[in-house]
Amino acid sequence: MTPAKKKSSAKRPKSAKHHDPGRFTVAEMEKLTERLLKFSDADETEVEIDLSVDALTRFANNTIHQNVAEHTLGISVRVVLDGRTARATTNKTDDDSLRRVIALASGLARNQPKNPDLLPLLGRQKYKKVDHFVRATAEATPEDRARAVARVCKFADKEKQTAAGIFVTGYDRTLLANSKGLFARHDHTDAQFSITILEPNSSGWAKLSASDVSDIDPDALAASASHKAATSRNPIELKPGHYTAILEPSATLDFVGSLFYDFSATAVHDKRSCLNDRMGRKVFGDNITLWDDVYHPLQVGPEWDGEGMPRQRVLLVDRGVPKNLVYSRATAKKMKARPTGHGFTLPNEHGEAPTNLVFAGGDKSVAEMIASTERGVLVTRFWYIREVEPYEKTITGMTRDGTFLVENGRVVSGIRNFRFNQSIIAALSNVEMMGPSIRASGEESFDMVVPAMKIRDFHFSEVTKF
Amino acid sequence: MMQDWANWALDTAKRRGATYADARVMDIRQRDLSTKNGEVGTILETETLGIGIRVIANGAWGFAATDRLTREGVQACAAEAVAIAKASSLAKRENVSLAPEAAYVDTWQNPFLKDPFKIPVERQIDLLLAADKEMQRVKGVTIAEGMMSFKRIDQLFVSSIGSQIHQLKMHSGAGIVATTFAESEIQKRSYPNSFGGQHALQGYELVESLDLVGNAQRTAEEAVELHHAVQCPEGISTIILGGSQLGLQIHESVGHPIELDRVLGQEANFAGMSFLTTEKLRKLKYGSDIVNIVADARLEHGSGLGTFAYDDEGVPAQSIPIITNGLFTGYLSNRELASSIGEKRSNGTMRTESWNRLPMVRMTNISINPGAWEYDDLIADTDDAILMETNRSWSIDDRRYQFQFSTEIGWEIKGGKKGRMIKNPSYGGITTEFWNSCDAICSREHWTLWGTPNCGKGQPMQTMGTGHGASPSRFRNVKVGAAFAK
Repeated sequence: MTPAKKKSSAKRPKSAKHHDPGRFTVAEMEKLTERLLKFSDADETEVEIDLSVDALTRFANNTIHQNVAEHTLGISVRVVLDGRTARATTNKTDDDSLRRVIALASGLARNQPKNPDLLPLLGRQKYKKVDHFVRATAEATPEDRARAVARVCKFADKEKQTAAGIFVTGYDRTLLANSKGLFARHDHTDAQFSITILEPNSSGWAKLSASDVSDIDPDALAASASHKAATSRNPIELKPGHYTAILEPSATLDFVGSLFYDFSATAVHDKRSCLNDRMGRKVFGDNITLWDDVYHPLQVGPEWDGEGMPRQRVLLVDRGVPKNLVYSRATAKKMKARPTGHGFTLPNEHGEAPTNLVFAGGDKSVAEMIASTERGVLVTRFWYIREVEPYEKTITGMTRDGTFLVENGRVVSGIRNFRFNQSIIAALSNVEMMGPSIRASGEESFDMVVPAMKIRDFHFSEVTKF
Repeated sequence: MMQDWANWALDTAKRRGATYADARVMDIRQRDLSTKNGEVGTILETETLGIGIRVIANGAWGFAATDRLTREGVQACAAEAVAIAKASSLAKRENVSLAPEAAYVDTWQNPFLKDPFKIPVERQIDLLLAADKEMQRVKGVTIAEGMMSFKRIDQLFVSSIGSQIHQLKMHSGAGIVATTFAESEIQKRSYPNSFGGQHALQGYELVESLDLVGNAQRTAEEAVELHHAVQCPEGISTIILGGSQLGLQIHESVGHPIELDRVLGQEANFAGMSFLTTEKLRKLKYGSDIVNIVADARLEHGSGLGTFAYDDEGVPAQSIPIITNGLFTGYLSNRELASSIGEKRSNGTMRTESWNRLPMVRMTNISINPGAWEYDDLIADTDDAILMETNRSWSIDDRRYQFQFSTEIGWEIKGGKKGRMIKNPSYGGITTEFWNSCDAICSREHWTLWGTPNCGKGQPMQTMGTGHGASPSRFRNVKVGAAFAK
């Protein structure tokens, strides 16, 4: 029930080189950076400038009820003064404001104890390029979004259903520079289409995100959500218990999404990771292999971290065994390891995290998972996931917008939504089948590249009223 | 300048064909500080200034926001808002209409004694580090953390019906956390509340009143002691919820379901809908007879995160009866949706996170009125129960029926006395069954207006602060321990 992606247009312009939809050109942003570095008399200074233009068309009850656009500029300055560091931000670009943001950061830095572990800023770095800019996305208009939304609303009307959702297009450019000569730039476009189709006692949902708006087919997503709503009509109530669960990719994403910070070396150092005392031991099933990889073709994001360190591809789990953590420069020094380019902007107490997770997938389709299941639950998406117990990594949440009973190899009925209380560690030891990994979008986690999963003994602990 | 920017926006919007327009100029300054194990973590000051312009044109909504505050920049933004509204009308079912509202020209500022931005940051960090040191003195503590945050919001609202409202709000917040890892178990205790501590519309006097240092040792000792506590049993039990936990219970199982935009399907794709469909108004027995809950944005209710003089579409702060002697009596509404429940006027709950976000229906201060019980009398009156304090996790379905909460700590109540400590307490249920099982609420003396600074809603996502006045209360026949059931 995962909607197919639309084929990309072959000859679309992709370069961000001459595209300046915001109020600043690249050259002007570079000049702004130079002004800030010139104004600062700190020992060392780091500047990050973020320019974004985001637009979102939101619909409900088969009509547009919200349609917004924002143009924003963020200027963030970190200074280092005598072994101390602090950050201040503004969105004002006049000279007085730029001087003031530096003075604010300097004032914060001076008024704190020295940090003996503070590292000097990085010098110039070489980056392997990633390309996440698509001109068609950056140039999408309110009319483009409204026409697509009008079509899916008309479709819902025809099906006697009710549609709600969003169509997002946006463009973001980030520059990172420092007084030691580091300079990095990343251009990124983002398109998202998400739709919920409602019937009186059922609903269906579908969502995709991509750098290229033409990779998203709103009509196909609407058809998929519509089909789920129709198929789950008049849901029956199942008793809570342990079931085989078939998680579509968005459900997998939101389920495993709580795991990412556990691979932070700081989390392990602080003993708040579920991987405390478990590195190098068998923790998950043999079929679980996981990387962090910003260079994966389905991933997005800059090729550098919060300090400008180049991001590395890191094997986190190899056939069920946690192998590596990710490190910021400071954490790496503390733990006698090599930095991996996953640090957050400084100063912070959290260290680092992998944010470009890629799970190794399998070759089974969701249809094959259903066909092989005697009795189980098919889950479209999860909702309101929260951690219950951090070491066994037990989380709770609800199913939502398309939950089905599978019996004797076929979907037989929609069911009322379940609450689950399930250890992620246990579930990832019980994966019986996986589909190909795709870029999945949900609402509980950032996007990842994950497969559909068939998991035995999934604990659905309560049932709700719909 | 704020007035000029807003006027340029309105003039352009009207000239381009808007039949209604409003503009919010917001100048926001924030300071965030944190410490961890004796070191400074986050030390950050942010400022952001911009304008958000909301219009109706061709009978549909448009909104655009910019921080380019030249005449040209503001006019371009207003023109974009009108163009977006006209595009919205391509998928319009009916024209947007707004409930009548008077025009107001006013200035308001929440009272506070000490401007937190004038307190030297060194003093603020010293306080966090002193609390950190007290927590680290306790053997077994693996992470000691402290945090403070302050926000000053200076905003001007101007609308085409003639309102000009200038408001200045000062938020403060602080808290500490001790985390412990031992024998394959992670526990934590927070003070005065989890997820950032206590937050209110006050100045630095709030932080001073919390006595973080004086409470650090006890907080840390409880975190360590939890490793030796008994596991929360699984079954049906009487529970007593501490005030901050009850505040979050109100937030999730009353505050969100009464948002009228959610009820009418506008949040169906993201935050969800509500079981409180409109035919239930003034008919549904939401809670027991002693349950009285209000949505009160007025300063008389207290300096909460949901306190203001006017909402973000220029409607004065009000007190709305939500549950009256157990009966469901009110929704949170706005000017567009009020008529859908037969109301002639918005009850003033439109709020926005910042200048670049559209205002939406939001909780203000959603509070349970104090009852008559003294806390000691309530404990003494309880034969067999679990006392649960300080939220650890929370989850509820997308129509706000079925919920599950766990708290950081619990205690057995046996024969009217507080007994052994309980670890991993959790409880769950169905919203209306739960509120109908409430049989005791503590008095005003035990009532606190808690601040929830991190309420997420909307697309694009907005984070909003809400207030929840609550005092410890007792509930019968509640399912406990399910979160840890195997």
